[in-house]
Amino acid sequence: MDKPVNNAAWLLVAPVFLIVAFSAILPIMTVVNYSVQDTFGNNQFFWNGLGWFQELLDPSTELGGRFLDALWRNLLFSAIILAIEVPLGILVALSMPRDGWKVAATLVIMALPLLIPWNVVGTIWQVFARADIGLGGWAINALGIDYNYTGDPLAAWITIVVMDVWHWTSLVALLCYAGLKSIPDAYYQAARIDGASRWAIFTTIQLPKMKRVLLIAVLLRFMDSFMIYTEPFVLTGGGPGNATTFLSIDLVKIALGQFDLGKAAAMSLVYNLIVLALCWVFYTVMTHAGTERRQEENPA
Amino acid sequence: MASITLDGLAHAYRPDPRGPQDYALKEINHVWRQGGAYALLGPSGCGKTTLLNIISGLVIPTRGRILFDDRDVTQLPTEARNIAQVFQFPVVYDTMTVRENLAFPLKNRKMPREAIARRVEEIASRLGLNSVLDRKASNLTADAKQKISLGRGLVREDVAAILFDEPLTVIDPHLKWQLRSSLKELHRALDLTMIYVTHDQTEALTFADTVVVMHDGAVVQTGTPEELFERPAHTFVGHFIGSPGMNVLPAKVEGRTAHVGDVAIALDRGYAALPVGGRIELGVRPEFATLAAPGTGLPVKVTRIEDIGRARIARIEISGNPAAAMVPEDLSLDGDSAGLTLDPRQIHIYADGVLVPGEAAGREGAM
Repeated sequence: MDKPVNNAAWLLVAPVFLIVAFSAILPIMTVVNYSVQDTFGNNQFFWNGLGWFQELLDPSTELGGRFLDALWRNLLFSAIILAIEVPLGILVALSMPRDGWKVAATLVIMALPLLIPWNVVGTIWQVFARADIGLGGWAINALGIDYNYTGDPLAAWITIVVMDVWHWTSLVALLCYAGLKSIPDAYYQAARIDGASRWAIFTTIQLPKMKRVLLIAVLLRFMDSFMIYTEPFVLTGGGPGNATTFLSIDLVKIALGQFDLGKAAAMSLVYNLIVLALCWVFYTVMTHAGTERRQEENPA
Repeated sequence: MASITLDGLAHAYRPDPRGPQDYALKEINHVWRQGGAYALLGPSGCGKTTLLNIISGLVIPTRGRILFDDRDVTQLPTEARNIAQVFQFPVVYDTMTVRENLAFPLKNRKMPREAIARRVEEIASRLGLNSVLDRKASNLTADAKQKISLGRGLVREDVAAILFDEPLTVIDPHLKWQLRSSLKELHRALDLTMIYVTHDQTEALTFADTVVVMHDGAVVQTGTPEELFERPAHTFVGHFIGSPGMNVLPAKVEGRTAHVGDVAIALDRGYAALPVGGRIELGVRPEFATLAAPGTGLPVKVTRIEDIGRARIARIEISGNPAAAMVPEDLSLDGDSAGLTLDPRQIHIYADGVLVPGEAAGREGAM
């Protein structure tokens, strides 16, 4: 088919190009520019080639070591919160009411943590978990357990994990609830007629029907937790020591604390690539599940 | 194997029903004979699905009892009844193969593995599912999925009745006939009670030996397809069954003559006991009303003639009341006036919507 050539089209897309250029391309190119240079302040820059990248990917160097440590912390954190939030979210969704006024009430209550700004969440838990004046921290100590998240790395980790679970399990639960609501009653009725047990109903009907929303939930929670910054920054500031220094926190430390723009730029590029790669993996998995679904609906 | 008795059954979805308007299902007494093929026919919202769900145990009725033979099952849960149900939209377990789907109800009932395998093979070959036994059930067409739903009921040897809730809704039209006739075959082969809910009169009349017509939460007539056609017990049945439906004309009856407007129609039977002040109507199916040349029979005005392929149907007015009649092939009309002949035995009189039998004086034994 012949399409009419109209050069006015360029004019119409130009604003988009401009916006993308200023909001994405130019900043990223600036970062790329920094990543191949070194600076000692004074706005003086020296060419460093791929030096920062070589250092970053070599764990024996100072920069590579701390990068790898932070990366492991990040992955461990994501794994832990996924392992808790996904099953817990499913469990919450399964026990949510199906109809009546309780539905609205539950949904509002569930949505509350999601509506709180992240640094406020951090502040809430920072105060709540304090051993001296925080209700939670004080109560745990009153039970005879020595708990101090500012001094004990394990306590700090537990606090951050609990905070994240508190903040984000609702999201997983709400997504699962939406998935559960889309299952027609006939499935449950058929399962009752077939004499299926509660567990069989879960594994043969509910879980398969929730597969797609679960994938979205896992993707969202993984990406979000992998890029977590605000809450641990407010709560622990990355400490004690470097125990809760995740990649994003470390990045800010290097860039704004030490003003090592070159190192920070190289690190943020690699960080960005990792996020992109993982996104791609999830995207592939999800679209694959999607095509499977389409075949189900339109069998050849 | 059992007959199913509905004894004074009624159901209201609200917990404190006050009057009849609160009942989705008004009192019903009925016996579904063992091995019968029944259709439950009625428009959407007439209570037929409620009735079906009560029989299968998904809904516990507000009043009345359900007996399977002599066993009271009113309060029994679904899984404890010998009932299988096929739903409007095919229900298959997505993650399982067809074989696993069919085996599922037996596995849940802890049947030995070899017995399950044998039974599944047997039912699969009956339903023509052998070739797809090891495929994922979710990848099949809608009609194959409905067969799987049905198969999950058939594998259970204890099943006394299979309930169908508008099972052909999502099936392609050209497969509907096929699936319906395989249902009929299964019914003949297996001696099962089948209750088939539908709002489609063709489906009901072709599938069932006995059709139960429901309207507004109540059963208005139970009968064979012929009975429903020839002697509708209620004007609703007359309207709902038949295409076009029965002509229902407001009438005054005096002795053996009915007056529709200023047209007098001779009746075959006498109606002495008509309620005074009730709404009296005359009903006659278009199939028993034949258009003729002007001057023959009753004078009518023709408004339109429709050719529906196998016949021509005239839209007419009998002293201002719209009606439909058959047009004989050799009849040609000039202008809009014509005559109408009615088969007197097929004229029925209704009082407030309900059929009045009438006395066939001088002909004893006739209806």
